[in-house]
Amino acid sequence: MLVVNGLVKRFGGFTAVNNVSFEVEQGEILGLIGPNGSGKSTIFNMLSGTFPPSAGTITFDGSEIAGLPPHKIINRGIGRTFQIPRPFRRLTIFENVALAGYYGQGSHSLAKANDAAEKALTMVGLPTDRQASVDGLGAAGLKKLELAKAIATGPKLLLADESLGGLDETEMDQAADMLRKIRDELGITIIWVEHIMGVLMRVVDRVMVLDHGEKISEGLPSAVSSDPRVVEVYLGTDAHATQAAAAEARR
Amino acid sequence: MSLVAFRQVVPWIVGAMLIALPFVYRDPYHLHILVLILIWSFAYTSWSMMGRFGLVSLGHGGFMGVGAYVTALLWNHLGVLPWIGIPIAMVCAGALALIVAYPCFRFRITGHYFALVTLALSGIVLQIITATRDYTGGSLGYTPDRTKGSHLAALQFDDKTTWYLIALGVWGVGLLIWRWVDRSMDRYALEAISEDEDAAAAAGVNVTFEKLKITVISALMTALAGALYCQYQMFISPDTVSGIAVSLQMVFAVVVGGIYVALGPTVGAIITIMLAEGLRIGFGTKAVGYDNLVYGVLLVVFIIFLPKGILGSLLERIKPSSKR
Repeated sequence: MLVVNGLVKRFGGFTAVNNVSFEVEQGEILGLIGPNGSGKSTIFNMLSGTFPPSAGTITFDGSEIAGLPPHKIINRGIGRTFQIPRPFRRLTIFENVALAGYYGQGSHSLAKANDAAEKALTMVGLPTDRQASVDGLGAAGLKKLELAKAIATGPKLLLADESLGGLDETEMDQAADMLRKIRDELGITIIWVEHIMGVLMRVVDRVMVLDHGEKISEGLPSAVSSDPRVVEVYLGTDAHATQAAAAEARR
Repeated sequence: MSLVAFRQVVPWIVGAMLIALPFVYRDPYHLHILVLILIWSFAYTSWSMMGRFGLVSLGHGGFMGVGAYVTALLWNHLGVLPWIGIPIAMVCAGALALIVAYPCFRFRITGHYFALVTLALSGIVLQIITATRDYTGGSLGYTPDRTKGSHLAALQFDDKTTWYLIALGVWGVGLLIWRWVDRSMDRYALEAISEDEDAAAAAGVNVTFEKLKITVISALMTALAGALYCQYQMFISPDTVSGIAVSLQMVFAVVVGGIYVALGPTVGAIITIMLAEGLRIGFGTKAVGYDNLVYGVLLVVFIIFLPKGILGSLLERIKPSSKR
Protein backbone atom coordinates (compact mmCIF):
# COMPACT_ATOMS: atom_id res chain seq x y z
CA MET A 1 0.00 0.00 0.00
CA LEU A 2 3.00 2.27 0.57
CA VAL A 3 5.93 2.38 -1.84
CA VAL A 4 8.88 4.61 -0.98
CA ASN A 5 11.54 5.06 -3.61
CA GLY A 6 14.92 6.76 -3.35
CA LEU A 7 13.93 8.99 -0.44
CA VAL A 8 16.52 11.69 0.39
CA LYS A 9 16.44 14.48 2.98
CA ARG A 10 19.22 17.03 3.29
CA PHE A 11 19.38 19.75 5.92
CA GLY A 12 21.95 22.17 4.52
CA GLY A 13 25.07 20.07 3.93
CA PHE A 14 23.92 17.24 6.20
CA THR A 15 22.16 14.28 4.64
CA ALA A 16 19.75 12.90 7.25
CA VAL A 17 18.19 10.28 4.98
CA ASN A 18 20.10 8.96 2.00
CA ASN A 19 18.40 7.07 -0.81
CA VAL A 20 16.06 4.89 1.25
CA SER A 21 13.52 2.68 -0.55
CA PHE A 22 11.01 0.29 0.98
CA GLU A 23 7.50 -1.06 0.65
CA VAL A 24 4.78 -1.72 3.18
CA GLU A 25 2.16 -4.40 2.56
CA GLN A 26 -1.46 -4.06 3.56
CA GLY A 27 -2.03 -5.40 7.08
CA GLU A 28 1.56 -5.86 8.20
CA ILE A 29 3.49 -4.34 11.07
CA LEU A 30 6.84 -3.08 9.84
CA GLY A 31 9.43 -2.30 12.49
CA LEU A 32 11.80 0.56 11.80
CA ILE A 33 14.83 0.55 14.06
CA GLY A 34 18.20 2.22 14.28
CA PRO A 35 20.30 4.21 16.72
CA ASN A 36 19.58 7.83 17.61
CA GLY A 37 20.05 10.12 14.65
CA SER A 38 19.80 7.31 12.10
CA GLY A 39 16.97 9.04 10.24
CA LYS A 40 13.88 7.21 11.54
CA SER A 41 12.00 10.30 12.67
CA THR A 42 13.06 12.18 9.53
CA ILE A 43 11.47 9.46 7.41
CA PHE A 44 8.29 9.72 9.51
CA ASN A 45 8.24 13.47 9.11
CA MET A 46 8.43 13.12 5.34
CA LEU A 47 5.77 10.41 5.23
CA SER A 48 3.42 12.54 7.34
CA GLY A 49 4.14 15.77 5.45
CA THR A 50 5.84 17.73 8.23
CA PHE A 51 8.48 18.55 5.64
CA PRO A 52 8.93 17.62 1.99
CA PRO A 53 11.66 15.19 0.87
CA SER A 54 14.69 16.61 -0.98
CA ALA A 55 14.32 13.81 -3.53
CA GLY A 56 12.43 10.55 -4.02
CA THR A 57 8.83 9.47 -4.27
CA ILE A 58 6.25 8.30 -1.75
CA THR A 59 3.31 6.46 -3.29
CA PHE A 60 0.35 5.67 -1.05
CA ASP A 61 -2.56 3.62 -2.40
CA GLY A 62 -1.36 4.32 -5.92
CA SER A 63 -1.02 8.09 -5.71
CA GLU A 64 1.98 10.29 -5.05
CA ILE A 65 1.89 12.06 -1.68
CA ALA A 66 5.46 13.39 -1.29
CA GLY A 67 5.39 17.09 -0.44
CA LEU A 68 1.66 17.31 0.37
CA PRO A 69 0.83 19.30 3.52
CA PRO A 70 0.15 17.22 6.68
CA HIS A 71 -3.63 17.67 6.78
CA LYS A 72 -4.01 16.34 3.22
CA ILE A 73 -1.86 13.32 3.96
CA ILE A 74 -3.90 12.57 7.08
CA ASN A 75 -7.12 12.88 5.12
CA ARG A 76 -5.75 10.31 2.66
CA GLY A 77 -5.31 7.88 5.55
CA ILE A 78 -1.87 8.15 7.13
CA GLY A 79 -2.02 8.88 10.86
CA ARG A 80 0.92 9.43 13.15
CA THR A 81 1.97 9.61 16.77
CA PHE A 82 4.85 11.62 18.15
CA GLN A 83 7.75 10.12 20.05
CA ILE A 84 7.17 12.52 22.94
CA PRO A 85 3.38 12.78 23.47
CA ARG A 86 2.03 16.16 22.44
CA PRO A 87 -1.44 16.47 23.99
CA PHE A 88 -3.43 19.71 23.82
CA ARG A 89 -3.57 20.56 27.50
CA ARG A 90 -6.21 23.24 27.16
CA LEU A 91 -8.68 20.65 25.82
CA THR A 92 -10.14 17.67 27.67
CA ILE A 93 -9.06 14.13 26.79
CA PHE A 94 -12.25 13.65 24.81
CA GLU A 95 -11.87 16.96 22.96
CA ASN A 96 -8.29 16.06 22.04
CA VAL A 97 -9.46 12.90 20.33
CA ALA A 98 -12.68 14.38 18.88
CA LEU A 99 -10.60 17.13 17.26
CA ALA A 100 -8.52 14.51 15.49
CA GLY A 101 -11.73 12.72 14.47
CA TYR A 102 -13.27 15.92 13.11
CA TYR A 103 -10.36 17.19 11.04
CA GLY A 104 -8.40 14.00 10.49
CA GLN A 105 -11.13 12.14 8.61
CA GLY A 106 -11.69 15.14 6.39
CA SER A 107 -15.45 14.79 6.78
CA HIS A 108 -15.82 17.67 9.28
CA SER A 109 -18.81 16.00 10.87
CA LEU A 110 -19.38 16.41 14.59
CA ALA A 111 -21.34 13.17 14.90
CA LYS A 112 -18.60 11.17 13.20
CA ALA A 113 -15.93 12.90 15.28
CA ASN A 114 -17.62 12.05 18.57
CA ASP A 115 -18.20 8.51 17.42
CA ALA A 116 -14.55 8.11 16.35
CA ALA A 117 -13.42 9.58 19.69
CA GLU A 118 -15.56 7.12 21.70
CA LYS A 119 -14.21 4.16 19.73
CA ALA A 120 -10.58 5.27 19.81
CA LEU A 121 -10.62 5.97 23.54
CA THR A 122 -12.27 2.62 24.27
CA MET A 123 -9.73 0.88 22.05
CA VAL A 124 -6.70 2.25 23.93
CA GLY A 125 -8.40 1.95 27.33
CA LEU A 126 -8.91 5.58 28.31
CA PRO A 127 -12.14 6.93 29.88
CA THR A 128 -14.70 8.26 27.42
CA ASP A 129 -15.98 10.69 30.05
CA ARG A 130 -16.25 14.12 28.43
CA GLN A 131 -14.90 16.13 31.34
CA ALA A 132 -11.68 14.21 32.14
CA SER A 133 -8.65 16.48 31.96
CA VAL A 134 -5.32 15.65 30.31
CA ASP A 135 -3.51 16.75 33.47
CA GLY A 136 -4.59 13.55 35.21
CA LEU A 137 -2.64 11.33 32.79
CA GLY A 138 0.78 9.81 33.50
CA ALA A 139 3.45 8.81 30.97
CA ALA A 140 1.63 5.64 29.89
CA GLY A 141 -1.72 7.47 29.73
CA LEU A 142 -0.27 10.20 27.52
CA LYS A 143 1.06 7.58 25.12
CA LYS A 144 -2.41 6.02 24.99
CA LEU A 145 -3.93 9.44 24.27
CA GLU A 146 -1.38 9.95 21.49
CA LEU A 147 -2.46 6.64 19.95
CA ALA A 148 -6.16 7.43 20.39
CA LYS A 149 -5.70 10.73 18.54
CA ALA A 150 -3.98 8.94 15.67
CA ILE A 151 -6.64 6.20 15.50
CA ALA A 152 -9.46 8.75 15.53
CA THR A 153 -8.18 10.25 12.27
CA GLY A 154 -9.28 6.95 10.69
CA PRO A 155 -5.93 5.91 9.21
CA LYS A 156 -5.25 3.01 6.88
CA LEU A 157 -1.57 3.32 7.77
CA LEU A 158 -0.40 4.28 11.25
CA LEU A 159 3.08 5.72 11.78
CA ALA A 160 3.72 4.87 15.42
CA ASP A 161 6.72 6.73 16.84
CA GLU A 162 6.68 4.69 20.02
CA SER A 163 9.71 5.29 22.10
CA LEU A 164 9.15 2.91 24.97
CA GLY A 165 12.23 4.13 26.82
CA GLY A 166 10.31 5.70 29.67
CA LEU A 167 8.15 2.65 30.39
CA ASP A 168 8.73 -0.40 32.58
CA GLU A 169 8.69 -3.99 31.29
CA THR A 170 4.93 -4.55 31.79
CA GLU A 171 4.01 -1.23 30.22
CA MET A 172 6.25 -2.00 27.23
CA ASP A 173 4.50 -5.31 26.69
CA GLN A 174 1.11 -3.63 26.99
CA ALA A 175 2.12 -1.00 24.43
CA ALA A 176 3.33 -3.68 22.04
CA ASP A 177 0.13 -5.69 22.48
CA MET A 178 -1.86 -2.53 21.84
CA LEU A 179 -0.25 -2.02 18.45
CA ARG A 180 -0.95 -5.63 17.52
CA LYS A 181 -4.57 -5.24 18.66
CA ILE A 182 -4.96 -2.10 16.55
CA ARG A 183 -3.73 -4.00 13.52
CA ASP A 184 -5.84 -7.10 14.22
CA GLU A 185 -9.11 -5.42 15.19
CA LEU A 186 -9.08 -2.29 13.07
CA GLY A 187 -7.09 -3.64 10.14
CA ILE A 188 -4.68 -0.74 10.29
CA THR A 189 -1.26 -1.28 8.74
CA ILE A 190 1.51 -0.05 11.05
CA ILE A 191 5.07 1.23 10.78
CA TRP A 192 6.56 1.12 14.24
CA VAL A 193 9.66 3.13 15.10
CA GLU A 194 11.76 2.23 18.13
CA HIS A 195 15.41 2.31 19.11
CA ILE A 196 15.27 -0.72 21.39
CA MET A 197 15.07 -4.01 19.52
CA GLY A 198 13.73 -6.35 22.21
CA VAL A 199 9.98 -5.75 22.44
CA LEU A 200 9.63 -4.72 18.85
CA MET A 201 11.07 -7.94 17.48
CA ARG A 202 8.32 -9.98 19.19
CA VAL A 203 5.50 -8.07 17.50
CA VAL A 204 6.54 -7.00 14.02
CA ASP A 205 6.24 -9.01 10.83
CA ARG A 206 9.27 -7.43 9.20
CA VAL A 207 12.07 -5.14 10.32
CA MET A 208 14.05 -2.47 8.55
CA VAL A 209 17.26 -1.16 10.11
CA LEU A 210 18.65 2.32 9.49
CA ASP A 211 22.07 3.68 10.31
CA HIS A 212 23.37 7.14 9.43
CA GLY A 213 20.41 7.73 7.14
CA GLU A 214 20.89 4.55 5.11
CA LYS A 215 19.03 1.26 5.08
CA ILE A 216 21.47 -1.42 6.20
CA SER A 217 19.19 -4.40 6.60
CA GLU A 218 15.63 -5.54 6.04
CA GLY A 219 13.77 -8.80 6.55
CA LEU A 220 12.25 -11.13 9.12
CA PRO A 221 13.09 -10.26 12.74
CA SER A 222 15.10 -13.45 13.24
CA ALA A 223 17.19 -12.86 10.11
CA VAL A 224 17.79 -9.20 10.84
CA SER A 225 18.91 -9.72 14.42
CA SER A 226 21.66 -12.07 13.25
CA ASP A 227 22.75 -9.81 10.35
CA PRO A 228 26.40 -8.88 11.06
CA ARG A 229 25.88 -5.25 10.01
CA VAL A 230 22.99 -4.87 12.46
CA VAL A 231 24.98 -6.53 15.21
CA GLU A 232 27.80 -4.11 14.47
CA VAL A 233 25.50 -1.11 14.76
CA TYR A 234 23.83 -2.31 17.93
CA LEU A 235 26.63 -4.14 19.71
CA GLY A 236 29.70 -2.65 18.04
CA THR A 237 32.94 -4.05 16.72
CA ASP A 238 34.92 -0.91 17.37
CA ALA A 239 35.17 1.59 20.18
CA HIS A 240 32.85 4.12 18.56
CA ALA A 241 30.05 1.64 18.08
CA THR A 242 30.53 0.30 21.59
CA GLN A 243 30.10 3.77 22.99
CA ALA A 244 26.96 4.29 20.99
CA ALA A 245 25.52 0.99 22.14
CA ALA A 246 26.39 1.79 25.74
CA ALA A 247 24.66 5.15 25.44
CA GLU A 248 21.68 3.31 23.99
CA ALA A 249 21.61 0.89 26.90
CA ARG A 250 21.58 3.70 29.42
CA ARG A 251 18.47 5.28 27.96
CA MET B 1 -36.75 28.11 38.15
CA SER B 2 -33.75 25.89 37.50
CA LEU B 3 -30.30 27.36 37.17
CA VAL B 4 -30.04 26.43 33.49
CA ALA B 5 -33.36 28.07 32.64
CA PHE B 6 -32.31 31.09 34.68
CA ARG B 7 -29.08 31.40 32.70
CA GLN B 8 -31.03 31.18 29.45
CA VAL B 9 -33.43 33.91 30.47
CA VAL B 10 -30.90 36.42 31.84
CA PRO B 11 -29.38 37.48 28.47
CA TRP B 12 -32.89 38.22 27.13
CA ILE B 13 -33.83 40.31 30.16
CA VAL B 14 -30.55 42.24 30.07
CA GLY B 15 -30.91 42.69 26.31
CA ALA B 16 -34.44 44.05 26.66
CA MET B 17 -33.31 46.43 29.39
CA LEU B 18 -30.43 47.71 27.24
CA ILE B 19 -32.81 48.31 24.32
CA ALA B 20 -35.33 50.09 26.52
CA LEU B 21 -32.71 52.27 28.22
CA PRO B 22 -32.53 55.27 25.80
CA PHE B 23 -36.32 55.60 25.85
CA VAL B 24 -36.45 56.12 29.59
CA TYR B 25 -33.08 57.76 30.21
CA ARG B 26 -32.12 60.53 27.83
CA ASP B 27 -29.10 62.31 29.29
CA PRO B 28 -27.08 62.98 26.10
CA TYR B 29 -23.66 62.92 27.76
CA HIS B 30 -24.26 59.56 29.39
CA LEU B 31 -25.71 58.15 26.19
CA HIS B 32 -22.62 59.41 24.35
CA ILE B 33 -20.36 57.57 26.78
CA LEU B 34 -22.48 54.43 26.35
CA VAL B 35 -22.23 54.63 22.55
CA LEU B 36 -18.44 54.97 22.79
CA ILE B 37 -18.29 52.04 25.19
CA LEU B 38 -20.38 49.88 22.84
CA ILE B 39 -18.35 50.74 19.72
CA TRP B 40 -15.04 50.15 21.47
CA SER B 41 -16.39 46.99 23.11
CA PHE B 42 -17.11 45.70 19.63
CA ALA B 43 -13.60 46.66 18.47
CA TYR B 44 -12.02 44.95 21.48
CA THR B 45 -14.19 41.86 20.99
CA SER B 46 -12.97 41.79 17.38
CA TRP B 47 -9.36 41.89 18.55
CA SER B 48 -9.84 39.12 21.08
CA MET B 49 -11.44 36.84 18.46
CA MET B 50 -7.85 36.05 17.49
CA GLY B 51 -6.02 37.33 20.57
CA ARG B 52 -7.56 34.61 22.73
CA PHE B 53 -5.82 31.99 20.60
CA GLY B 54 -2.38 33.48 21.15
CA LEU B 55 -2.48 35.41 17.88
CA VAL B 56 -1.46 38.69 19.44
CA SER B 57 -1.90 41.33 16.78
CA LEU B 58 -0.64 44.86 17.23
CA GLY B 59 -1.95 45.71 13.79
CA HIS B 60 -5.61 46.16 14.60
CA GLY B 61 -5.22 49.92 14.73
CA GLY B 62 -4.40 49.54 11.05
CA PHE B 63 -7.60 47.63 10.30
CA MET B 64 -9.65 50.13 12.27
CA GLY B 65 -8.01 53.02 10.39
CA VAL B 66 -8.74 51.37 7.04
CA GLY B 67 -12.38 50.90 8.06
CA ALA B 68 -12.78 54.54 9.10
CA TYR B 69 -10.78 56.27 6.37
CA VAL B 70 -11.88 54.17 3.39
CA THR B 71 -15.53 54.75 4.31
CA ALA B 72 -15.06 58.48 4.78
CA LEU B 73 -12.87 58.98 1.67
CA LEU B 74 -15.32 57.08 -0.55
CA TRP B 75 -18.15 59.25 0.76
CA ASN B 76 -16.40 62.61 0.43
CA HIS B 77 -14.61 62.06 -2.87
CA LEU B 78 -16.85 59.67 -4.77
CA GLY B 79 -20.16 60.09 -3.00
CA VAL B 80 -20.35 56.39 -2.18
CA LEU B 81 -22.96 55.81 0.52
CA PRO B 82 -21.60 54.29 3.75
CA TRP B 83 -24.00 51.38 3.24
CA ILE B 84 -21.75 50.41 0.31
CA GLY B 85 -18.60 52.14 1.55
CA ILE B 86 -18.47 50.22 4.83
CA PRO B 87 -18.54 46.78 3.16
CA ILE B 88 -15.84 47.99 0.72
CA ALA B 89 -13.74 49.23 3.65
CA MET B 90 -14.22 45.90 5.42
CA VAL B 91 -13.12 44.00 2.32
CA CYS B 92 -10.03 46.25 2.09
CA ALA B 93 -9.15 45.48 5.70
CA GLY B 94 -9.76 41.77 5.09
CA ALA B 95 -7.48 41.85 2.04
CA LEU B 96 -4.83 43.69 4.03
CA ALA B 97 -5.11 41.04 6.75
CA LEU B 98 -4.63 38.30 4.16
CA ILE B 99 -1.60 40.01 2.63
CA VAL B 100 0.10 40.41 5.99
CA ALA B 101 -1.03 37.21 7.68
CA TYR B 102 -0.62 34.67 4.89
CA PRO B 103 3.19 34.95 4.66
CA CYS B 104 3.39 35.00 8.47
CA PHE B 105 1.38 31.80 8.84
CA ARG B 106 2.90 30.09 5.81
CA PHE B 107 6.42 30.65 7.08
CA ARG B 108 5.56 29.99 10.72
CA ILE B 109 6.09 33.49 12.04
CA THR B 110 4.43 33.17 15.44
CA GLY B 111 4.45 34.69 18.91
CA HIS B 112 6.63 37.78 19.37
CA TYR B 113 7.62 37.87 15.72
CA PHE B 114 4.00 37.88 14.58
CA ALA B 115 3.29 40.73 17.01
CA LEU B 116 6.23 42.68 15.55
CA VAL B 117 5.11 42.19 11.95
CA THR B 118 1.61 43.39 12.80
CA LEU B 119 3.08 46.29 14.79
CA ALA B 120 4.72 47.38 11.54
CA LEU B 121 1.31 47.18 9.85
CA SER B 122 -0.13 49.68 12.35
CA GLY B 123 2.77 51.99 11.74
CA ILE B 124 2.49 51.74 7.97
CA VAL B 125 -1.24 52.53 7.89
CA LEU B 126 -0.64 55.53 10.16
CA GLN B 127 2.19 56.78 7.94
CA ILE B 128 0.10 56.39 4.79
CA ILE B 129 -2.77 58.39 6.32
CA THR B 130 -0.35 61.12 7.42
CA ALA B 131 1.59 61.13 4.16
CA THR B 132 -1.46 61.45 1.88
CA ARG B 133 -2.61 64.55 3.73
CA ASP B 134 -4.03 66.12 0.57
CA TYR B 135 -6.76 63.51 0.68
CA THR B 136 -6.91 62.43 4.30
CA GLY B 137 -6.18 65.67 6.11
CA GLY B 138 -3.07 64.08 7.59
CA SER B 139 -2.57 64.34 11.31
CA LEU B 140 -5.09 67.16 11.57
CA GLY B 141 -7.88 64.67 11.07
CA TYR B 142 -10.71 64.25 8.63
CA THR B 143 -14.41 65.01 8.63
CA PRO B 144 -17.01 63.25 6.49
CA ASP B 145 -19.18 65.80 4.63
CA ARG B 146 -22.57 66.46 6.19
CA THR B 147 -25.30 64.99 4.07
CA LYS B 148 -27.79 67.25 2.35
CA GLY B 149 -30.15 64.37 1.66
CA SER B 150 -31.39 61.43 3.66
CA HIS B 151 -29.81 60.88 7.06
CA LEU B 152 -30.51 57.18 6.84
CA ALA B 153 -28.81 56.81 3.44
CA ALA B 154 -25.73 58.69 4.64
CA LEU B 155 -25.76 56.91 8.01
CA GLN B 156 -25.55 60.26 9.78
CA PHE B 157 -27.86 60.76 12.73
CA ASP B 158 -28.00 63.66 15.11
CA ASP B 159 -29.80 61.97 17.95
CA LYS B 160 -27.94 59.79 20.41
CA THR B 161 -30.78 57.28 20.73
CA THR B 162 -30.42 56.07 17.14
CA TRP B 163 -26.67 55.72 17.53
CA TYR B 164 -27.07 53.97 20.81
CA LEU B 165 -29.37 51.39 19.20
CA ILE B 166 -27.04 50.90 16.21
CA ALA B 167 -24.01 50.47 18.45
CA LEU B 168 -25.95 48.12 20.71
CA GLY B 169 -27.00 46.01 17.73
CA VAL B 170 -23.47 45.74 16.34
CA TRP B 171 -22.07 44.93 19.78
CA GLY B 172 -24.70 42.20 20.14
CA VAL B 173 -23.75 40.75 16.77
CA GLY B 174 -20.10 40.79 17.89
CA LEU B 175 -21.01 38.70 20.94
CA LEU B 176 -22.99 36.30 18.76
CA ILE B 177 -19.98 35.84 16.44
CA TRP B 178 -17.85 35.19 19.51
CA ARG B 179 -20.33 32.57 20.71
CA TRP B 180 -20.53 31.00 17.28
CA VAL B 181 -16.74 30.56 17.16
CA ASP B 182 -16.65 29.46 20.80
CA ARG B 183 -19.08 26.62 20.15
CA SER B 184 -17.57 25.52 16.85
CA MET B 185 -14.91 22.92 16.22
CA ASP B 186 -12.71 25.77 14.96
CA ARG B 187 -12.25 26.81 18.56
CA TYR B 188 -10.73 23.44 19.44
CA ALA B 189 -8.55 23.59 16.35
CA LEU B 190 -7.32 27.08 17.21
CA GLU B 191 -6.69 26.15 20.85
CA ALA B 192 -4.70 23.17 19.59
CA ILE B 193 -2.79 25.34 17.12
CA SER B 194 -1.96 27.86 19.83
CA GLU B 195 -0.39 25.08 21.90
CA ASP B 196 1.42 23.05 19.25
CA GLU B 197 1.14 23.65 15.51
CA ASP B 198 2.78 20.39 14.46
CA ALA B 199 0.58 18.30 16.71
CA ALA B 200 -2.50 20.15 15.44
CA ALA B 201 -1.40 19.46 11.85
CA ALA B 202 -0.93 15.79 12.77
CA ALA B 203 -4.55 15.74 13.94
CA GLY B 204 -5.52 16.84 10.43
CA VAL B 205 -6.02 20.53 11.07
CA ASN B 206 -5.13 22.84 8.17
CA VAL B 207 -3.14 25.17 10.40
CA THR B 208 -2.58 28.03 7.94
CA PHE B 209 -6.20 28.06 6.82
CA GLU B 210 -7.65 28.04 10.35
CA LYS B 211 -5.42 30.90 11.43
CA LEU B 212 -6.19 32.92 8.31
CA LYS B 213 -9.91 32.39 8.78
CA ILE B 214 -9.99 33.82 12.31
CA THR B 215 -7.62 36.65 11.36
CA VAL B 216 -9.82 37.76 8.48
CA ILE B 217 -12.99 37.55 10.61
CA SER B 218 -11.24 39.66 13.24
CA ALA B 219 -10.01 42.23 10.69
CA LEU B 220 -13.46 42.57 9.06
CA MET B 221 -15.08 43.19 12.43
CA THR B 222 -12.41 45.71 13.45
CA ALA B 223 -12.87 47.65 10.20
CA LEU B 224 -16.60 47.81 10.88
CA ALA B 225 -15.84 49.24 14.32
CA GLY B 226 -13.62 51.90 12.72
CA ALA B 227 -16.28 52.84 10.18
CA LEU B 228 -18.97 53.10 12.87
CA TYR B 229 -16.73 55.25 15.02
CA CYS B 230 -16.19 57.56 12.05
CA GLN B 231 -19.90 57.82 11.26
CA TYR B 232 -20.73 58.50 14.88
CA GLN B 233 -18.02 61.00 15.78
CA MET B 234 -18.02 62.62 12.29
CA PHE B 235 -14.34 63.27 12.86
CA ILE B 236 -11.40 60.91 12.65
CA SER B 237 -7.71 61.46 13.11
CA PRO B 238 -4.84 59.02 12.68
CA ASP B 239 -4.27 58.98 16.44
CA THR B 240 -7.83 58.09 17.42
CA VAL B 241 -8.60 55.30 14.94
CA SER B 242 -5.28 53.93 13.73
CA GLY B 243 -1.69 53.54 14.67
CA ILE B 244 0.18 51.78 17.38
CA ALA B 245 -1.48 53.61 20.27
CA VAL B 246 -4.92 52.31 19.27
CA SER B 247 -3.53 48.78 18.81
CA LEU B 248 -1.96 48.86 22.25
CA GLN B 249 -5.14 50.25 23.77
CA MET B 250 -7.01 47.21 22.40
CA VAL B 251 -4.53 44.80 23.95
CA PHE B 252 -4.67 46.66 27.25
CA ALA B 253 -8.45 46.78 27.44
CA VAL B 254 -8.84 43.10 26.59
CA VAL B 255 -6.17 41.99 29.06
CA VAL B 256 -7.81 44.04 31.81
CA GLY B 257 -11.33 42.84 31.05
CA GLY B 258 -10.51 39.21 30.38
CA ILE B 259 -9.21 37.74 27.17
CA TYR B 260 -10.84 34.31 27.40
CA VAL B 261 -14.42 35.33 28.21
CA ALA B 262 -17.04 36.75 25.85
CA LEU B 263 -17.79 39.85 27.92
CA GLY B 264 -14.16 40.45 28.91
CA PRO B 265 -13.49 42.99 26.13
CA THR B 266 -16.72 44.80 27.07
CA VAL B 267 -15.61 45.07 30.70
CA GLY B 268 -12.25 46.31 29.39
CA ALA B 269 -13.97 48.99 27.31
CA ILE B 270 -16.05 50.15 30.25
CA ILE B 271 -12.95 50.49 32.41
CA THR B 272 -10.72 52.21 29.82
CA ILE B 273 -13.36 54.70 28.72
CA MET B 274 -14.43 55.53 32.27
CA LEU B 275 -10.78 55.98 33.15
CA ALA B 276 -10.12 58.33 30.22
CA GLU B 277 -13.32 60.32 30.91
CA GLY B 278 -12.64 60.41 34.65
CA LEU B 279 -9.17 61.80 34.09
CA ARG B 280 -10.49 64.30 31.56
CA ILE B 281 -13.20 65.61 33.88
CA GLY B 282 -11.11 65.43 37.04
CA PHE B 283 -7.95 67.03 35.77
CA GLY B 284 -9.03 68.72 32.56
CA THR B 285 -6.38 69.54 29.98
CA LYS B 286 -3.61 69.10 32.54
CA ALA B 287 -4.13 65.35 32.36
CA VAL B 288 -3.96 64.94 28.58
CA GLY B 289 -2.06 61.71 27.96
CA TYR B 290 -2.23 60.62 31.59
CA ASP B 291 -4.61 57.83 30.66
CA ASN B 292 -1.86 56.25 28.56
CA LEU B 293 0.47 56.38 31.55
CA VAL B 294 -2.14 54.73 33.76
CA TYR B 295 -2.82 52.10 31.04
CA GLY B 296 0.86 51.26 30.93
CA VAL B 297 1.20 50.77 34.68
CA LEU B 298 -2.08 48.84 34.93
CA LEU B 299 -1.13 46.59 32.00
CA VAL B 300 2.04 45.47 33.79
CA VAL B 301 0.13 44.93 37.05
CA PHE B 302 -2.61 42.94 35.32
CA ILE B 303 -0.32 40.71 33.29
CA ILE B 304 1.59 39.78 36.45
CA PHE B 305 -1.22 39.49 39.01
CA LEU B 306 -4.45 38.97 37.08
CA PRO B 307 -3.58 37.47 33.68
CA LYS B 308 -7.15 36.31 33.09
CA GLY B 309 -8.49 39.83 33.54
CA ILE B 310 -11.16 41.16 35.86
CA LEU B 311 -14.12 39.27 34.42
CA GLY B 312 -12.13 36.10 33.74
CA SER B 313 -10.89 35.94 37.33
CA LEU B 314 -14.32 36.75 38.76
CA LEU B 315 -16.02 34.00 36.75
CA GLU B 316 -13.35 31.58 37.85
CA ARG B 317 -14.06 32.40 41.51
CA ILE B 318 -17.80 31.94 41.03
CA LYS B 319 -17.57 28.51 39.43
CA PRO B 320 -14.34 26.82 40.48
CA SER B 321 -15.32 23.68 38.60
CA SER B 322 -15.12 25.35 35.18
CA LYS B 323 -12.33 24.25 32.89
CA ARG B 324 -10.71 27.62 32.58
